[in-house]
Amino acid sequence: MIQTIDLYKSFGDLQVLKGINEHVAPQEVISIIGPSGGGKSTFLRCLNMLETPDSGKILFEGVDITSEKVDIDLHRQKMGMVFQHFNVFPHLSVLENVTLAPTVVKKIAKNEANEQAMELLNRVGLADKAGESATSLSGGQKQRLAIVRALAMEPDVMLFDEPTSALDPEMVGEVLDVIKGLVKNGMTSVIVTHEMGFAKEVSDRVVFMDGGIVAEEGTPDEVFNHPQNPRTKDFLSKVLY
Amino acid sequence: MFQNIIMLIEKYWKVFLFEGLRYTLILSAIAVFFGVILGTFIALGRMSNFKPFRHIYYRKSKFKFVRWLANFNPISWFCSLYTEIIRGTPLLLQLYLFVFGLPKVIPIDADYFFWVSLALACNSAAYVSELFRSGIQAVDKGQTEAARSLGMNKAQTMIKVVMPQAIKNILPAIGNEFIAIVKETSMASTFFVGDLMTSYLKVNGVEYLALEILIIVGAIYLAVTFFLSKLVLAYERRLNSK
Repeated sequence: MIQTIDLYKSFGDLQVLKGINEHVAPQEVISIIGPSGGGKSTFLRCLNMLETPDSGKILFEGVDITSEKVDIDLHRQKMGMVFQHFNVFPHLSVLENVTLAPTVVKKIAKNEANEQAMELLNRVGLADKAGESATSLSGGQKQRLAIVRALAMEPDVMLFDEPTSALDPEMVGEVLDVIKGLVKNGMTSVIVTHEMGFAKEVSDRVVFMDGGIVAEEGTPDEVFNHPQNPRTKDFLSKVLY
Repeated sequence: MFQNIIMLIEKYWKVFLFEGLRYTLILSAIAVFFGVILGTFIALGRMSNFKPFRHIYYRKSKFKFVRWLANFNPISWFCSLYTEIIRGTPLLLQLYLFVFGLPKVIPIDADYFFWVSLALACNSAAYVSELFRSGIQAVDKGQTEAARSLGMNKAQTMIKVVMPQAIKNILPAIGNEFIAIVKETSMASTFFVGDLMTSYLKVNGVEYLALEILIIVGAIYLAVTFFLSKLVLAYERRLNSK
């Protein structure tokens, strides 16, 4: 579904990605773990071209989206993204947060969008908050809203950029539960996370990134229980899970 | 002195209010109205992403000049040049330039009032464009990223997500800009265009009571700016309480 070929990215003199070759299969769930500054988030943000890679290709459903001739907005509709800091729209109500993109981008009729949004909000337990301002929500609720907002575009793949890192500990569970539900229903997902237990539980494949390269990858069992690379071992030994 | 003030008000209140204050407010309104329109374009120009030499794009070019040219945005460059020039020269100089200089280059039959309003609008545009730019840039970058990641294009993101948030920062600032302009129009009296300061010159020319007239005119300026700043404050309070 998504394939990256030899992805390179620098910020100034700092090389963040040094040739990433990855492939995300349909319905696959991939967790990306690794130390901060290892290029995890940059890699994820390259997947929907929020960061433009310096070189390399990203094939999404067969199209090279790094090409300047491609209408990236069209492809982004098919990729939902969830951010560390939620980025819900504070000037809109909870319901409007969800309906904005479908009505503006897909030109779906307002009442139809509302219906669909209510259904989604109901699924994550936010239906009773629909009319409230998005700013009135707690962190966990905001992140659930952000997930629903992305789902409203009916994406083929979801990208999660440290979805629980900015949450108070007691709210991590409710957000992870929503993601687990999605994954169970077969949503193709790429998840950058520091929640090792979660990664272990939901992933088909775990990718360990360090220093701008994929240092190790494999099934959760391979990576967590039998790491081969010394850097993976070192990292996992320092992380509690 | 107090009696003189009463006398002056009784005799000239129409001049102060219906001529002086009226023209001051008209000039300020014109300046801010066209300043906002022009300023919006300048702000958009500065933030535009127009890079006509991008096709020579050569990311790893060793030549600094090539990299610079590939990233060169002439519209943005021109807009910042405009802002720098306007903000870096005195308003009085700009007024002279528009009133005495421009008519020689642009031969249209217009009175001082026209040129003075144009000068004030162009001046205000530079300041307003900075207000717009800072107001827009104060909106969290994550908002743009979220909107773009949903497939919204640049224009949709700007109109539906960024501007509604930026406008809350911008509107009070434009109110303050209007207050500043009300005071700055006094410079237009150099050209006798009928504003409050002109009415001082007029009345003083007849009565020779500079201090008293200045007190009256000053009180009118103060009343207007005080009222306006209260208005801006009330608006800001309403926003914050939401």
